[in-house]
Amino acid sequence: MTTFVILEGIISLLLIAGGAFAFIGSLGMAHLRDFYMRLHGPTKATTMGIGCMLVASMLYFGVINHEPVVQEMLITLFLFITAPVSAHLLAKTGLHLKLPHADKTRGRPAELQPEEVGDKPVPHPTPDHAHITHEQRPLRR
Amino acid sequence: MIKPRPWLPIPLLSALLLVVWLLLVRSLAFGHLLLGGFLAIVIPLFTHRFWDVQPRVKRPWLLLRYAGRVLGDIIVANFQVAWLIINPWRRSRPHFVVYPLMLEERFTITLLASTISLTPGTVSANVRLDGKTLLIHSLDTQDEASLIEEIRERYERPLMEIYEADKLPLKEAETC
Repeated sequence: MTTFVILEGIISLLLIAGGAFAFIGSLGMAHLRDFYMRLHGPTKATTMGIGCMLVASMLYFGVINHEPVVQEMLITLFLFITAPVSAHLLAKTGLHLKLPHADKTRGRPAELQPEEVGDKPVPHPTPDHAHITHEQRPLRR
Repeated sequence: MIKPRPWLPIPLLSALLLVVWLLLVRSLAFGHLLLGGFLAIVIPLFTHRFWDVQPRVKRPWLLLRYAGRVLGDIIVANFQVAWLIINPWRRSRPHFVVYPLMLEERFTITLLASTISLTPGTVSANVRLDGKTLLIHSLDTQDEASLIEEIRERYERPLMEIYEADKLPLKEAETC
């Protein structure tokens, strides 16, 4: 009987820890300085939070209810596959849009530098039929 | 090992899809077998043109060790990041790091980038198209060189031993 009490204690602890980690991840997303730092919250702390909850679920349904625990493993697998990919896509989008980063960020990646373009637009060569005005242009069927 | 056929381009993926489907529905009923088999054939047919060439795993037991190490690092990294977020006197030192890659295959580079995203305070921001460098954003780094060295020793070298062992001695001879 005592083993069940201890087990329930462990499960409760894991659930609380999972909730705390998920909360910290969301908090990080809310109040870190710039986009790139905010990315760290959901990739790390939230993964850990969900991992804790899944372990708790595995323990509960596996030991107390004697059910096989495969679905939790699958959720873990999907989570570990999708979390880095979505984080990478978000980061790439941020770089593409040249989102500003906190001033203290060191390192100057080429992706965030202004592109090398001239001051004036490159003049295009004038085509021969440029003198034809809009009205004189032959109608297209 | 089943050979690839025109209607079964990636047999391993098909088998995996079928197993995952059966585990998800948690039943071995004939209807689920039929539906899972249908999905296992149709999904690879639609997606196999996006697949890269899979390099062969040369030393599977090292892969297990690598997975265990990454799992441990994920737990440590979570505590670090959580502490950085809730510590009110934190002085985080964000840093963009350009990481020079030793790996050459696209698949292994993807694996490394995913590992970096999941582990200590780093997100891989851009896998550059030339396949030579990786842009990493780190939440709290003191100096760039030690971070690069850590990633190189902890993750890239094991991956290299697992997938590209034949290229390793050559590279080491170059750096020495």
